[in-house]
Amino acid sequence: MLADKDRIFKNLYGQRDWGLAGARARGAWDGTKAILERGRDALVNECKASGQRGRGGAGFPTGLKWSFMPKQVERPHYLVINADESEPGTCKDREIMRHDPHLLVEGCLIAGCAMAVHHCYIYVRGEFIRERERLQAAVDQAYEAQLIGNNNIHGWDFDIVVHHGAGAYICGEETALLESLEGKKGQPRLKPPFPANMGLYGCPTTVNNVETIAQVPDIMRRGAAWFAGIGRQNNTGTKLYCISGHVERPCNVEENMGIPLRELIERHAGGVRGGWDNLLAVIPGGSSMPLVPAGPDQADTLLMDFDGCVAKKSALGTAAVIVMDKSADIVKAMARISYFYRHESCGQCTPCREGMGWMWRVLDRMAVGHATKREIDTLWDVSKQIEGHTICAFGDGAAWPVQGLLRHFRPEIEKRIDQYTANPHPEPIPVAAE
Amino acid sequence: MSVRRLAEKQPPSFAFSPGNLVWARAQIAKYPEGRQQSAVIPILWRAQEQCGGWLPQKAIEATAELLGMAKIRVLEVATFYTMFNLSPVGRFHVQLCGTTPCMLRGAEELKKVCRRMIGEADTVTADGAFSWTEVECLGACVNAPMVQINADYYEDLTPEIFTRIINDFSNGRTPKPGPQIDRINSAPVGGPNTLTDPSLFAAKEER
Repeated sequence: MLADKDRIFKNLYGQRDWGLAGARARGAWDGTKAILERGRDALVNECKASGQRGRGGAGFPTGLKWSFMPKQVERPHYLVINADESEPGTCKDREIMRHDPHLLVEGCLIAGCAMAVHHCYIYVRGEFIRERERLQAAVDQAYEAQLIGNNNIHGWDFDIVVHHGAGAYICGEETALLESLEGKKGQPRLKPPFPANMGLYGCPTTVNNVETIAQVPDIMRRGAAWFAGIGRQNNTGTKLYCISGHVERPCNVEENMGIPLRELIERHAGGVRGGWDNLLAVIPGGSSMPLVPAGPDQADTLLMDFDGCVAKKSALGTAAVIVMDKSADIVKAMARISYFYRHESCGQCTPCREGMGWMWRVLDRMAVGHATKREIDTLWDVSKQIEGHTICAFGDGAAWPVQGLLRHFRPEIEKRIDQYTANPHPEPIPVAAE
Repeated sequence: MSVRRLAEKQPPSFAFSPGNLVWARAQIAKYPEGRQQSAVIPILWRAQEQCGGWLPQKAIEATAELLGMAKIRVLEVATFYTMFNLSPVGRFHVQLCGTTPCMLRGAEELKKVCRRMIGEADTVTADGAFSWTEVECLGACVNAPMVQINADYYEDLTPEIFTRIINDFSNGRTPKPGPQIDRINSAPVGGPNTLTDPSLFAAKEER
């Protein structure tokens, strides 16, 4: 288990003061000026050496992303923090914003200095009203103490604006977020050009996740070697895990990367309801990632980091572990995820806009068995035609959970179809005419 | 995509209150010169609050005028983002999370409570007090099932607790937001088993 002294988020549960005094007592804003004085290249290199990979889902190396920003500052550079946390299962950034917001504010300043940024926008999802108020209060405290702002004590002029959305999952996609921040519909942009060249207002922009940036001050203070010493190679550091669903005690917890799934669930969440043998399947990384079924080669040996999840044909994503025990209706659960994607598709690309509704309607029928076995193959085919054929990764994220279901639970769907065919439901099931 | 249209019955006019107008100008000033369009979501949100929780057409047009945007651009924004209610809602607007993590822990039962106590989804009770709608993940999955009532999250619900919360609201009381069972925010029930090392905090606080 990760030792308490190695934890970055010491106020994860909000038992202590979230404000500046409390944050300082826990070590925040300590020696920030000296960190900034190391200079731009040293900060980027330190981040690279730590091996930190983005905590927002894609797992892109943070230091490398920072290094894409132009060396010459010809136009304003922007840092945008993605606090549009809405991946089903994920509730980690919320804890940072409401219980340890100063880690984020300080991280913004350091990351800003590393990329020659003077203006930072934090895009908080619209539903997080209280969290936004708390974050704004922390930013105000930082301004008041001259930690940020013009002519602050750190010698790097830096402004932070807390912005918010109004309920659109797609704004978690970085270019959709930028569109939304510019006051438009949140529809992803074609890449290239990448945000590092043309992002917010056409200027070089880096978009980072809240957790990624909130870890930066500790990486800089304790050193890249400390961070790189936790976890496995290519999968370093600590991570906030959100354990939800059919466990005894759902919770958020900070652990080292690469912790075995079973240890994570049994040590922190009280185990699967009814014991480990009662596990049906687990979604290791938020709803966009394929599920991993129970079994010796599957969930039993799953290591919770980027490479560990890929080895089981899934992905770490946001490390939001959704656990389903044998009482769960797996087809219905995945149909509900498809409904989510149908609801949240931005409507820009046809495969996604039309495909999401199509997949949901089929899955909804399959949940009761009202389908033909041929449709299972068609569903697989459609999911493959959506995957990779859209502007952003939303299409992939919606197709993967369906593929995961078909890969591992095809017999279950076939069983339901057989049962339904033997004894059809007495009432007709409405099918949308679209 | 969700199909969203403006309400048929619209109020004849809308004007920002003087206080909100001052607030809106302060918002616009947060963005670079000529980029005032960036403030459209915060300002529409404030307009919605001023209108009692929904966004009439005139408020959308007033926002367009304030920001120097084409009306259609603001209408696009208002219809794209699902937190903008395009028809009236109750004074207590319940947003019930129905996505899989909440569903696994009993959101369907909460929906029954809503139907029993409030009525069909997206309708307002006769006294104008309540309305409810099913929304997608609200990001409090380890505290599932949960609802958002106006600005606050009510977490770790059961049908009984949820019934009591709705009753409290209709009797003029405001129940305490957050987890409704014995637990600290997102820590496991029974207390955290991490961050228990007292030296972690004591040493630093002395310094």
